[in-house]
Amino acid sequence: MIDRPLDTSPKVADEVKYSTCYMCACRCGIRVHMKDGAIRYIDGNPAHPVNKGVLCAKGSAGIMHQLSPAKLRKPLKRVGPRGSGEFVEIEWEEALATAADWLGAIRRTDPKKLAFFTGRDQSQALTGWWASQFGTPNHAAHGGFCSVNMAAAGLYTIGGSFWEFGEPDWENTRYFLMFGIAEDHDSNPIKTGLGRIKERGAKFVSVNPVRTGYSAIADEWLGITPGSDGLFVLALVHELLRAGKIDADYLLRYTNAAWLVIQDPESGDHGLFARDAEGRPLVWDRAQDKIATAEVCSESAALKGERTLPDGRKAKPVFHLLAERYLDPCYAPEAAAERSGIPAETIRRIAAEIATAAFDSDLELDQPWTDSAGKRHKTMRGRPVAMHAMRGISAHSNGFHTCRAIHLLQLLLGSVDSPGGFRYKPPFPRPIPPGQKPAGKPGQVKAGEPLPGPPLGFPTSPEDLLVEADGSPVRIDKAFSWEAPLSAHGLMHLVIRNAWAGDPYPIDTLFLYMANMAWNSAMNTAGTIEMLTDTDPETGEYKIPRIIYSDAFFSETVPYADLILPDTTYLERHDCISLLDRPICDADGVADSIRQPVVELDRDVRPFQDVLIDLGTRLGLPGLTKEDGATKYPGGYTDYLVNHERKPGIGSLAGWRGENGESEGRGAPNPKQLERYIEKQCFWRHELAPEERYFKFANRDYLETAKDLGLIDAAEPIVLQLYSEPLQRFRLAGEGKGPLPAPERHRERLADYFDPLPIWYPPQEDEVGDATSFPLHAVTQRPMAMYHSWGSQNAWLRQIHGHNPLYIPEGVAKEAGLEDGDWAWVTSRHGRIKAPVKIMQGVNGHTLWTWNAIGKRSGAWNLSADAEESQRGFLLNHLIDELLPERGSGYRYASSDPVTGQAAWYDLRVSIEKAEGDSAQSAPRFATLTLPGLPEPPAVSRYGAKDSRGRKRP
Amino acid sequence: MTSLPDNPSGKQLGLVIDLDTCVGCQACVVSCKEWNTGGYPAPLTDISPYGPEPLGAWLNRVHSYEAGEGAAGRTVHFPRSCLHCAKPDCVTVCPTGASYKRAEDGIVLVDEDLCIGCGLCAWACPYGAREMDPGEKVMKKCTLCVDRIYNENLPEADRQPACVKACPSHARHFGDLADPESEVSILVAARGGYDLMPELGYQPSNKYLPPRASRAQEDGRMLEDAKPEGGFLGWLDDLLSR
Repeated sequence: MIDRPLDTSPKVADEVKYSTCYMCACRCGIRVHMKDGAIRYIDGNPAHPVNKGVLCAKGSAGIMHQLSPAKLRKPLKRVGPRGSGEFVEIEWEEALATAADWLGAIRRTDPKKLAFFTGRDQSQALTGWWASQFGTPNHAAHGGFCSVNMAAAGLYTIGGSFWEFGEPDWENTRYFLMFGIAEDHDSNPIKTGLGRIKERGAKFVSVNPVRTGYSAIADEWLGITPGSDGLFVLALVHELLRAGKIDADYLLRYTNAAWLVIQDPESGDHGLFARDAEGRPLVWDRAQDKIATAEVCSESAALKGERTLPDGRKAKPVFHLLAERYLDPCYAPEAAAERSGIPAETIRRIAAEIATAAFDSDLELDQPWTDSAGKRHKTMRGRPVAMHAMRGISAHSNGFHTCRAIHLLQLLLGSVDSPGGFRYKPPFPRPIPPGQKPAGKPGQVKAGEPLPGPPLGFPTSPEDLLVEADGSPVRIDKAFSWEAPLSAHGLMHLVIRNAWAGDPYPIDTLFLYMANMAWNSAMNTAGTIEMLTDTDPETGEYKIPRIIYSDAFFSETVPYADLILPDTTYLERHDCISLLDRPICDADGVADSIRQPVVELDRDVRPFQDVLIDLGTRLGLPGLTKEDGATKYPGGYTDYLVNHERKPGIGSLAGWRGENGESEGRGAPNPKQLERYIEKQCFWRHELAPEERYFKFANRDYLETAKDLGLIDAAEPIVLQLYSEPLQRFRLAGEGKGPLPAPERHRERLADYFDPLPIWYPPQEDEVGDATSFPLHAVTQRPMAMYHSWGSQNAWLRQIHGHNPLYIPEGVAKEAGLEDGDWAWVTSRHGRIKAPVKIMQGVNGHTLWTWNAIGKRSGAWNLSADAEESQRGFLLNHLIDELLPERGSGYRYASSDPVTGQAAWYDLRVSIEKAEGDSAQSAPRFATLTLPGLPEPPAVSRYGAKDSRGRKRP
Repeated sequence: MTSLPDNPSGKQLGLVIDLDTCVGCQACVVSCKEWNTGGYPAPLTDISPYGPEPLGAWLNRVHSYEAGEGAAGRTVHFPRSCLHCAKPDCVTVCPTGASYKRAEDGIVLVDEDLCIGCGLCAWACPYGAREMDPGEKVMKKCTLCVDRIYNENLPEADRQPACVKACPSHARHFGDLADPESEVSILVAARGGYDLMPELGYQPSNKYLPPRASRAQEDGRMLEDAKPEGGFLGWLDDLLSR
C-alpha cells in the first residue's frame, strides 16, 4: 500500500476581500482570496444580487488581467512621431501640469476645443459631470458605438430599456424571445435565467443569424437575415392584431393608445397629440361620449374612431392609427418572409405560440397592489411572454425603429412589467423620455464657465437640438444635430474623423479614456490611424493637435497619444457603480456597489477618477474647488464619492447615507459610508416590497418608494408611448413645419425616418451598395469568454480565443470553392481583408461572421510580434466605412442610425473569394508597435506554484 | 501496473453535466484553471503565455461543435474532464502507482511525486481527459477539487468543485453517483442522464444530461381572424362592447 499524504483541508486564504468585477460590464460581486500577499483565487460572491455566487470565464481570469505584462507603469510623454512608440517616462507632476496647461488654455478661450470621450468605463456620472464643469459639450462615453439604439428606443417608448436595465421575469415567463447577440451585458444573470427557464419548461426562441452561445440552447433557433428583425417583429404585430390577440385593458390603462392624434396634414401640429389648455392629452370618453382629458389607469377611453376636436379639427386615437398601419397586408408574414429568411408559416406559428403563452395563461400572482389612480387590485395578472434584445438589433441603421417595434409588440401583449414579461430594474421606469436635455446650445458654451447642464440628454423637439443658427452642429461628433437628433449617447465613432477633418470645426485636444479608438473600437481602422498621424502640410502640425489618453494597458491606441496618464486595474482602486450611472439593481431591488483596492499598487500609475479630480482642481473647475481655489475633495476620488452631492442629499452612493448611516437614497453625506460598504461586502440593496414589484409605471407604492429613494423626482405615473410625439415633432421639422423647420438638405431624411410609429427600412448599406457586388452580410458576435480588446492579452483567455476564424455558410463556401482552413479575401465597398475561413451550418445562408475584437495589432498589448492574434486574428472593422457614400447633395452622412446616431456596424455588406497562394497571414498588416518601459513577458507562467503545500514527498 | 482499491467505500463522487443548458461560456474551464493552478495539482503551467501558440495545462475544457443536419442541426457545447471511471485503465496502466483511485470516494488522482511523465495513462484514457503539464512534464487531471470539497477552511456552501460553483447556467452538478437517493442520481434518473461511450466498459462516473425535447406548440394551432367579415373596425367594436 502506497502512503499518499493528501491534505484535503489546505488553508486557502489569509484574507478574503470583497469587491466588484470589471472583466466586463456585468458588475458581478467577487470575493478575492488573498494568500501570502498575492491573489490565490477570485470567485463569485454568493450574496451578491447580480451573480449570486457564479462567475464567468472572464471573472475567473482576473488574476491574469492583474498579472498582465502589458500594464502601463508610469506616465509617458511622446518624443517621436505619433505611432513610433517613442516615449519617455515622466513624473506625475509633469504629466498633470502638462495636461492642466493644455486644458487650461482651452478652457480660458473656447472650451469646446476639448473633446473628452470615454470608453467602457463605469464612472460616467463623474466623467459627464466633469465635462460639464469644464464647459465642453464635446463629451460622451462609448454608447454611441455600442447600443444607444436600445437605450433611446426604450427610453422614448417604455421609460426603460433592455440592456442590463431590465430583465425577463425568469421565474414566471413561459415564452422567451431573444433577438440578436446579447452575450455581453447582464451576462451572468442571463445565463442563470436561461438555465432557470429551461428547468421550468418555458420555451426559448432565439432570433439570431448565428447559432452560437445562448442560441445553441434555444428550443428554436431562427437564423434571421441581419437587419430584418423589424420586419419579422412587425409581421408578428400584424398577426396579433389580425387575430385580436392584444391586451386592450393594458393599452387603455397604461399606454397612450387612446390619446387623440391631430389629423390636419397641412398644419404645423399634424400628428401631435390633441391637448387641453393645460397641455394634457385628450381622449374620447366612451362613457360620457365626449372629449375628455386622458387619465392613467382608466379604461373608459375609445381606442378607435375619428373624432372632432373642440377647434373643429379631426383626430384619431393612437391605437386606431396603429391598427390601420399594421393590419395592412404589407406587414403580413408573407411580405417579411423572403427578406428575413423566416418562412411565413413559421412567423404565423410563432405569433400563435406567443398569443397562447400570453393570453391562455392562468398566471396571476396572488399579490394585491394599488395603481396610481388609487385603485386596489387583488392580484397581479400575468402576460408571460418575455423578450430581450441587445447589440444585434442595435448595431443596424434601422435599430432604433426595430427596438421600438419590439417594445410595441411587448406593449400590445401587455407584457411590459407584468408577471412573466419584461421587468424594469430601478431606477427605471423613468419619465418618457427622461427630462434631462443636452446642454451646449449656442450661448451656453462660454470661456471659463461650466455648461448649465449635462452634455447628454433627451431632446423632445427640434428646439432641444445643439445646432448653430445656420443649422450646423455644435458638437464635434454632430450629436443632437439634424443628422442624429436623438443621439443620447453621442457619436464616439465620428470624433476622430470629424476632428481630423475640422468638420464642423477643428479642435485642440482629444482626451480619451479606455477606448481603443486606433484599433477595434474604430470603423475604418486603417483610415483612423492615418487621421491620427496626419499633419497639416503648411504647418507640419498634427491635424488633431493634441491627444491625451488614459488606459491601464498598452493598447493599440497608446502609441498615437502625446501624453499617457496610466490607469490602474480594477483590483487596485475604488470605483462606484452608482444609481446616477449604471447601477446593479434587479427587478426586485434597488442596489449599488463599489470596488475597493484589493491588491497593492506596484507601479507609478493612478486611478483615472483621481486623476480627473486632480486635473479638475488644477483647472479650478467650480464643482471641484472652493472659492479660494483650494480643492473641495482633498481625499481625491473616495472623498468625492462620499461627499459630492449631485442634488441635496443625493450622491454617488445611495446606501448608508445620513451622518450616521441611517438613511437610504437621500441623506446627508456619511463620512463612514465607504467603511459601511466594505463591511457589507461592497454593495447596498433595498429590497422592494412584494406589492411594488410589477406595473412599476403605475404602481403607487413603487413610485412613492422610488421618489423617496431619489430615483425619480415625483411619484407621477408614467404613460407608455406607443406613438412617439417627439419623433413626430422632428418629422414636422423635416416637412418644413413647426417652430424650428429643418435646414433644406436634412428634410427628406427627417421626414423619412422620424415616423411616430415603428417602421422598418433596409439597413442603409443595402441601399447604397451594389447588391450584386456585395451579396453577403457580415457581422461579429462577442464570445462569452472575452470582453473588450483586453481579453485577448489575458494569458488564459487567449488560449480559448486566440484567433478568430471567419465562419461562412456551406452554400457560400461551395460557391467560392472554399474549404475549412482556406484563406479568403473579403471585400466591401470600403476595403478588403484576408481571413482564415471555417464552414458552419448554424448561420444564416447569406451571412459571414467572426468573433469580435480578437485580432490584435502586432506588438500591442505586449504580446510577441508573432502572436496568433496578429498573425491569424483579424478585424472586420477595416471593411466598415464610418461614412455613407455621397447623397444627391454631395453630403456624406454617417454610417449610423439616422435617429440616434448609433454606429451601424452590422449593416456591413461584403463579397468573398478564395485567396490563392498567399501567405497564411491575415491582412491588412501594420507595422509592429513598441512601447518603452514594459517588462519582458515571461516565457512560462507557473502561477500558483508557490502555493503547493505539503503534498510533495520529502 | 497499479491496482484499483480492493475495498471501495461504496461512494463514487462525480459530476452531472447538463447539455441542455450549457451555453459554452467557459466559466467552468477558467474557474478550474484558477483554483487548480494554486491547488492540489499546482501549478498548471502555461508555456508561451504571451507569445505564439500558447500552451497550457487545463483540467477541464469545453469543445464547441456542430452536430446534425438542417433543422435537426445543433451547436453542441461539450465540457470534458476526467469522468472518474469505475474501471479506469488510466490507473491500472500506470507503471509507478502515480495514478490511483481513492477508495473513500472514487476520485481518480495523480500522485505527481510518483509520476514519471510517461503518458501511458493518457493513451489509456478514451476520453482524452488527462493533461500532460507542458512545463512540469507530469500528468495532471481533474481532482474533483479534492482540496475544496472536504476543506474545513472553506464555508460549507463552497465545498464543491470550482467548476460547479462558477457555472452561471447551473449546468453542472456534483454529488455521490453511487447513492441512488442523492440529488445527482435523482437528476440523472429524471433526465435520462447517460454515460459517454459505455461500450468501452470503463464505467464512467460523470453523467451527461441530454438536451430536452424542443418545445414547439403541439397542436399547431394558428391564429384566426378576429372578425373576418367586419375587418378591423368590426373587431374593435366587439372588443370594446364588453
